[in-house]
Amino acid sequence: MPFDPTRAAIRFGTGLSPLLPPPGSIEAMLRPLGGLDEIGRQLPITPYSEARPTLAEWQDTAARWRKARGTPQEIATRDAYDVMRITAREVALRNFSTTLARGVAAPEGGLRERLVRFWADHFTVVGQGQRDQHLVTPFVEEAIRPHVAARFEDMLIAVITHPVMLSYLDQSRSIGPNSRAGRRGGGLNENLARELLELHTVGVDGPYDQTDVRELAELLTGLGWTIERGMEYRPERAEPGAETVLGTTFSDRASFDTIREALRMLARHPATARHIARKLAVHFVADDPDPALVATLETAWRDSGGDLFAVTATMLEHPQAWDPEPRKVKPPFDFLQSALRALAVPPATILHPDKPGTRGLFRRPLTAMGQNWERPLGPDGWPEQAEAWITPPNMAARVDWAMMAPERLLDELPDPRAFARAAIGPTLPDAVAFAARAAESRGEAIGVVLISPAFQRR
Amino acid sequence: MTRIDRRALLRGGLVLGCSAAASPLLTPMAFASAPWENRLVVIVLRGAMDGLDVLRPVGDPALAALRPTLAGKATPGAINAGFFAVHPGLDRLAPMWARGEFGAVHAVSTPYRDKRSHFDGQDMLEAGTPGEAGGEGWLNRMLQTVPGLSAETAYAIGREEMLILSGRAAASRWAPEARLRLTPQGRRLLELVNHEDPLFRDATAQAMDIVDELAAEEDAENGGMAGTGDGTLRGDHVRLAEFAASRLRGDSRIASFSINGWDTHERQSAGLGRALERLSDTLLTLEAGLGAAWEKTAVLCVTEFGRTAAENGTRGTDHGTGGAMLYAGGALRGGRVLGDWPGLSEADLYDRRDLMPTRDLRAHAGWVMRGLFGLDRAMIEEAVFPGLELGADPGLLG
Repeated sequence: MPFDPTRAAIRFGTGLSPLLPPPGSIEAMLRPLGGLDEIGRQLPITPYSEARPTLAEWQDTAARWRKARGTPQEIATRDAYDVMRITAREVALRNFSTTLARGVAAPEGGLRERLVRFWADHFTVVGQGQRDQHLVTPFVEEAIRPHVAARFEDMLIAVITHPVMLSYLDQSRSIGPNSRAGRRGGGLNENLARELLELHTVGVDGPYDQTDVRELAELLTGLGWTIERGMEYRPERAEPGAETVLGTTFSDRASFDTIREALRMLARHPATARHIARKLAVHFVADDPDPALVATLETAWRDSGGDLFAVTATMLEHPQAWDPEPRKVKPPFDFLQSALRALAVPPATILHPDKPGTRGLFRRPLTAMGQNWERPLGPDGWPEQAEAWITPPNMAARVDWAMMAPERLLDELPDPRAFARAAIGPTLPDAVAFAARAAESRGEAIGVVLISPAFQRR
Repeated sequence: MTRIDRRALLRGGLVLGCSAAASPLLTPMAFASAPWENRLVVIVLRGAMDGLDVLRPVGDPALAALRPTLAGKATPGAINAGFFAVHPGLDRLAPMWARGEFGAVHAVSTPYRDKRSHFDGQDMLEAGTPGEAGGEGWLNRMLQTVPGLSAETAYAIGREEMLILSGRAAASRWAPEARLRLTPQGRRLLELVNHEDPLFRDATAQAMDIVDELAAEEDAENGGMAGTGDGTLRGDHVRLAEFAASRLRGDSRIASFSINGWDTHERQSAGLGRALERLSDTLLTLEAGLGAAWEKTAVLCVTEFGRTAAENGTRGTDHGTGGAMLYAGGALRGGRVLGDWPGLSEADLYDRRDLMPTRDLRAHAGWVMRGLFGLDRAMIEEAVFPGLELGADPGLLG
């Protein structure tokens, strides 16, 4: 099964567009990954280290208001707090719409945007509330996006030592019981250690047991962060003695280098290659992928030492990647993004989602479709199986959006017959072509095309 | 196509190849009445509820040392179960407890062991078997043992996947806030473009079916499913419970949904309290919404595993093994904590860290289904929970 431009844009990108041609070759898909992040520069997202309001600003502003209660400064300090609260909410919404718009405007099909989504899901973090809702996308921008076509171990280290992950998986307060701090109280928290093995590296079928979780939790002690200083290594919390994880014994001199060394070992472990090779194939090709494809990806991972550019290229060069049968269902975010791309909705419309008229057409419908943006239930992220997304209530939400949103987003709807060909490509099924002609209104015709399995699968 | 025709077809489509009674040629009359009067609600508590904090074994001498802040400094709740003190987050259920309509089983688990993964643990809890379940849940396999059921008999509620009700037997699935606005022509065209794709076809057909039914009910009742509770409780979990009650008052007999937020690695006293308040809201909403049918209802609240016997370094607990199951409803006899208490001394713990499970919670679920629906022992041990030894009656039904 050879390369196909339509499949390249739909299966490995953010969909077909009437304005942007699909990539003409595998080389054309990979070229932008090796070069500058053009779309990232055109539609910027502030990385975590520069994102505001910072957690320290929250803390100070809240404290000033608290102290001013009952004094003449009370109203001014409360207003300052409210401004910050509103700013954070606006930043969160802007992050969401920029992420959406990048995929709508991406040239060469949008492979980079898809890879960022895949890895952001692999390393899921969930904000805890209003103080950090606007910091999840900046975490992805900082710790994940730069690495999607580089070395996995660099991404792993960037993610696991990031304040957002350390906070989400409770690492910051984990204290070695026999450390200097531990003798005064406190103790281990094994949350990060467990998910690091189970989800991020060797996988739940990997060769670890409770002892490895415990040892890794001890090894990670000392890794933490504070609101004022960000990530830091605190030797007084580090459990003394050498730890053994998956058969590798690490230095008995606790240090940040030892933690990095352990992360590199986990990144290079053969079980990690197997676990993530399968995950990639499941995400991009089929819920139940061909073992030959998985084996090829696993070999590419091992041979390249986890070079994600090489692994991605290997996937695109595998004949199974171009199997004409569309086996995956687009999750709600990708469904919305590809619909906006097919409709050629201008990025300016997407970037101002709170305008009267188009308000409530982007983030809220995703929740109704079963994907509350950046709020999956746990660190395992969003489901992959088609059956998890296409349920009666979620399907109803997809139908409602497809029937109502295009008319509100565009001044003039396209001709449905041309739209059907532009959105689905040369393999447009007869039934969909017929429905696009037979609907009683343009809006309904566009809606039926978007809701057809031919558009929703990839 | 008229509504009745499509619904009959839908049922046929959803259960095709499962049982002869589901043939689309049968009239809807064959499905009209529910097979039983009793109701079963299974609530999946995702995240691993800490049974040792919900039902604190204050009579066990080892507790205080294991949990210096969680047990030592804890305020007692309104429900006193003797050896166990019930967490104050459940205080609003004290009247239900006193009436014998709320109770618990301690030191139970599924057969899941050792890796302590939420996701694998939940899969086993819902599949109900450590072997290959083929993507089927135990409530669905229970439905398969009764030929001729309609999709309305069982409801999975909410936007999340409910493996427990997935499978070959027809079951409905809906979220109370979902809408579906389509013209008649739009419906026909949707049926046309979905025709070749069973996943999309069946999901859309069922959505249309449910929307029609809810609209018809609303017309008939003038106000419909609103007004089941007294309107004072809020939140997604309350809406799920109200919707479940509205279905169970009608032809539905099985409902399942989940409540999240039990993974309390840090500062558990705050997080667990909130989760238990949500659970209290849920059970009170079910009771109010079911009205007279509450007498014939059993509610089982199950979780993937328990948490460590000792509290961790961050005033929380990590993933463990044995835990607790809560139950409610007029069809069950509560007001007590069932189960064989294994003890909390280090030698009594599982893996020297977790509460030792002394019974498989599937046995409790099996005995409840046996009592409510008259399933025989072999059916439960072979079809519903393959390989389970049902054992002696733990006595949830009295």
